[in-house]
Amino acid sequence: MKTLSKIYNILIFIFMYAPIAVMIVFSFNGIKSRSTFSGFSLRWYEELFHDDLILNSLYLSLIIALLSAVIATLIGTLAAVGINSMRGVKKRAYLAVNNIPVTNPDIVTGISMMILFVFVLGIFNGMEMGFGTLLITHITFNIPYVVLNVLPKINGMDRNIYNAALDLGCPPVKAFMKVVVPEIMPGIITGFIMAFTLSLDDFVISYFNSGNSAQTLPVTIYSMTKKPYSPKINALSTLLFVSVLTLLVIVNMRNRRDAKKAKGGRKA
Amino acid sequence: MTKERSFSDKGRSRLVTAPYTVWMVIFVLVPIALVVYYALTDADGNFTTANIDSIFNYSGTFFISIELAVIATAICLVLAFPLAYSISRMKEHTQQFLIMLVMLPMWMNFLIRTYAWMTILEDNGLINTAIGKIVSLFGGEFEGFSMINTNGAIVLGMVYNFLPYMILPIYTVMTKIDKNMIEAAYDLGAGSFQVFRRVIIPQSIPGMISGVTMVFVPAVSTFVISKLLGGGKTFLIGDIIENYFLGNAGEVNYNVGASLSLVLMILILISMGIMNHFDKDAETGGGII
Repeated sequence: MKTLSKIYNILIFIFMYAPIAVMIVFSFNGIKSRSTFSGFSLRWYEELFHDDLILNSLYLSLIIALLSAVIATLIGTLAAVGINSMRGVKKRAYLAVNNIPVTNPDIVTGISMMILFVFVLGIFNGMEMGFGTLLITHITFNIPYVVLNVLPKINGMDRNIYNAALDLGCPPVKAFMKVVVPEIMPGIITGFIMAFTLSLDDFVISYFNSGNSAQTLPVTIYSMTKKPYSPKINALSTLLFVSVLTLLVIVNMRNRRDAKKAKGGRKA
Repeated sequence: MTKERSFSDKGRSRLVTAPYTVWMVIFVLVPIALVVYYALTDADGNFTTANIDSIFNYSGTFFISIELAVIATAICLVLAFPLAYSISRMKEHTQQFLIMLVMLPMWMNFLIRTYAWMTILEDNGLINTAIGKIVSLFGGEFEGFSMINTNGAIVLGMVYNFLPYMILPIYTVMTKIDKNMIEAAYDLGAGSFQVFRRVIIPQSIPGMISGVTMVFVPAVSTFVISKLLGGGKTFLIGDIIENYFLGNAGEVNYNVGASLSLVLMILILISMGIMNHFDKDAETGGGII
């Protein structure tokens, strides 16, 4: 039974990683073939770094991800504070609206915002979808995740600390910044990271709201998949995979170190 | 009555939520209202049910979309359950490592993951070339399987892309199952099959439900997987919607597209309602979302 389940697990992981392994191997292929490997070469990486379209869209993706995550974190954190102090129907209504972008299929979120933009931009003749509309859509689908991450932290914190600060004569805004924010910081950071990665990863919603001038990396990749086979995508994927892997390993090692520290602290 | 002071009394609570309220109304509620408006009007803005009526022309598309998504969801559930279970029984150290392995592909964009399968499944792709070489070693001739551009390839793409969404929530609830309960069941004379059926499966239901929704929703509404792996032969509901919004000049029709989206939204609300109904008896609090 034990070996059986071990074999099963290994098979599933092979299924999950085989396509990625194939991409990595073929990114070093000397020729433009999907099936025959002929000699190690870095030519696709070289072409990748000379492809302005890809580099520009990567740059745009990073800017949109950073901006939308920062703005969504600001709006979402403040909203979570307000929603936490609401009661009854009002609170439930807010949470229900907050869940709409989370549960709706991406394509519905995408086209609904596209209809809005086409409608509004139609009034201001001559304006086109682009950076602005892209940023707005990303902020919109990011905000709910920030709220969902911050809300439990506010709910779980001790209100007396804040009240104590007020009693000791601290002005409310300062008390909020000095007492509440540090307490809920882990939720804010998780919300920010989630927003950043969701934004980087999004294709469907960007696809409907990017117009011709501002294409994020996933939108560019999609248009490349429609053209004849190019191993440049493999090279790009390999680089992305390696950077994600490195990031995860670093985060994991830091977590482990922190956990060890916490353990040591408790003993002392 | 004592006056309760919280982080934000009433006026301040309204102030801090103001940007959020304005934003969500303009960019979430108004667009949904516009979808409903477009679905119920014609190009000139007059009320009509013609768009809703024309949906019946697409009943076949709805059927095949739901069918493929249900098959993919079922396969994900069957594949994920044993894996999640065996991971949840391992040492904590190994658990963390394997869960990271499950999550790692999720960090790759799904376009890339889908594109990788094109390489493998193509007519002169990796699998066919490999088999062809082996067969020719024995002097035979190999025609090649046609794998890409089939419904099977679409289902495979869905399973591959969304499998982690099934594994993670099931794993999360399984780690929360009280070990004492399992031991108690054994002590009371249950065999391991009975423990599995009577304790572990019922306790994992909340995880399975979030997993099923997290796989079904993107699977039923996809247009990328069907385009890349289905070769545009099978049109899913997502393909039709995409075509009505971003298709060639003659094909664009926001009104019909909006009505299809509306139906898709309602369909998903209904299936989530059914799912939550199943969830009622089980303990709450499962899943990662």
